[in-house]
Amino acid sequence: MNRIEKERYLREYSVLKAQGKPFFPYAVAKDSVMAVVVMATIITLSIVLGAELGPKADPTTTTYTPRPEWYFFFLFELLRVIKPPELVPLATIGVPTICMILLFLLPFYDRGPERRPERRPIATSAGIFTIAAMGYLTYLGAAAGPPTQISEPTPASVIAQGPQAVKQFNAGKQVVAQSGCLACHKIGENGNSGPGPELTRIADRIPAQAIARTLVNPTSPMPSFSSLKQKSPQKFSAMVDFLSQLKSGG
Amino acid sequence: MPKLKLPAPPLPGKLNPAPRRPGEGNGKVDPLDVAKEAGTSAVGWVDERTSLSGPARWVMFRKVPKGTNWFYTLGSATLFAFLNQAVTGVFLSMYYDPSPTRAYESIRYVTNEAFLGEFVRGMHKWGSSVMVILVFLHMARTFFFGAYKYPRELNWIIGVALLILTMAMSFTGYLLPFDQRSYWATIVGVNINGTGPLVGPYLSDFLRAGPDFGATTLSRFYAIHMLLIPGAIITLIGAHLYLVTKLGTTAPPWLKAEPDERLAEEQA
Repeated sequence: MNRIEKERYLREYSVLKAQGKPFFPYAVAKDSVMAVVVMATIITLSIVLGAELGPKADPTTTTYTPRPEWYFFFLFELLRVIKPPELVPLATIGVPTICMILLFLLPFYDRGPERRPERRPIATSAGIFTIAAMGYLTYLGAAAGPPTQISEPTPASVIAQGPQAVKQFNAGKQVVAQSGCLACHKIGENGNSGPGPELTRIADRIPAQAIARTLVNPTSPMPSFSSLKQKSPQKFSAMVDFLSQLKSGG
Repeated sequence: MPKLKLPAPPLPGKLNPAPRRPGEGNGKVDPLDVAKEAGTSAVGWVDERTSLSGPARWVMFRKVPKGTNWFYTLGSATLFAFLNQAVTGVFLSMYYDPSPTRAYESIRYVTNEAFLGEFVRGMHKWGSSVMVILVFLHMARTFFFGAYKYPRELNWIIGVALLILTMAMSFTGYLLPFDQRSYWATIVGVNINGTGPLVGPYLSDFLRAGPDFGATTLSRFYAIHMLLIPGAIITLIGAHLYLVTKLGTTAPPWLKAEPDERLAEEQA
């Protein structure tokens, strides 16, 4: 906006303001009605839905899928949409940071004098697109349930090693299924493909020791399983054994 | 615009006495009259010492532009949701114990045993969702009406800072009940912060109070949640409201100012 446009706006605004009504009581009345609506909504939500309290936090079990508050779902889903590992920092920090900077600087790159939404097609469509994208990602995040079943069949090589190995394989499968791995990893038919890598053939790529190391010292944002290793080593080793049997041609 | 004069209320003469003539009563003050004037004289007493009546008039009797509609109540609704969070938060903090061993127990006590405990905790929990929704609606209104443009750019920037602080508020508050869901979600959330460039690792170390999730992490989240961010939010809301009062709220963008009737006549 140049100086003429600025002065024109201020003149126009002062006329509209002079034709308006005093804040008290006219705007205060509307605001009060709205405040009552907000309060009634909060009280209704509190009475109808209550405040649930899950089981106590336990660093030794990882039998829980990390799930953020619903209005962070769109950020969480962004992690799934952007899959390659080298791009994960872009999804976690890059996109939100860029969005924040764009929001902060909005008045500095959108300086046109026009204010009617239908005459600012770029701004209006960008706004609608952002709202639609956030809404869609939130919906995806809400719909993505935490899978706790793995239907991966026991490989022939494990069966060949005898019933003991099969038992260990199934125990490990259960620990992995309960530990919420599938929220971020895909194993066979189950789980979400991202942000973590697919684990169906993980043993082709890394040996058992490396799997154990990764579980203890994972790359962000995966939580560490080091406390599981200390508190219940059998579960941990079952987990490693199960994952190290996931190879091709088995 | 013709001045609107309110008719005098139809009070019986006894309730609406004529003002006393000067010199009547010989300077004696009737205690009943003093009592009647108590409210006015108390306000006068404060005003004599603070001169606040000017600013109060400036805030309350400023004009809001023609065409102001229900969309313009979203900001005050957000403020009201914040006040709800502040009040319920004070009551929750009376019971809450930010130590990893006792946090869960104190929340369980609030939820199951304290009088109206679950109700107040529910209001705080759902109030946060309502507040986030209202923040986004208020922001969408500002965006689509072009209300961030000259001369209100600075108020938009303060508003974006308030949005970020609101999200940080809900992130830090999510851990406090210390149940499985909040614990693991926060671990992943802090790890995500850690992947950020340059400041990421420092930020997540700061949040965790160390390289690992430890005993002081919870009290750190608690202090951030109930002292640091609320202080910042209250300060910025003050600045936001000052600028709103100073610059005025926008008129709906499709409204054009009609020239003054008297001026139009003169032109003709």
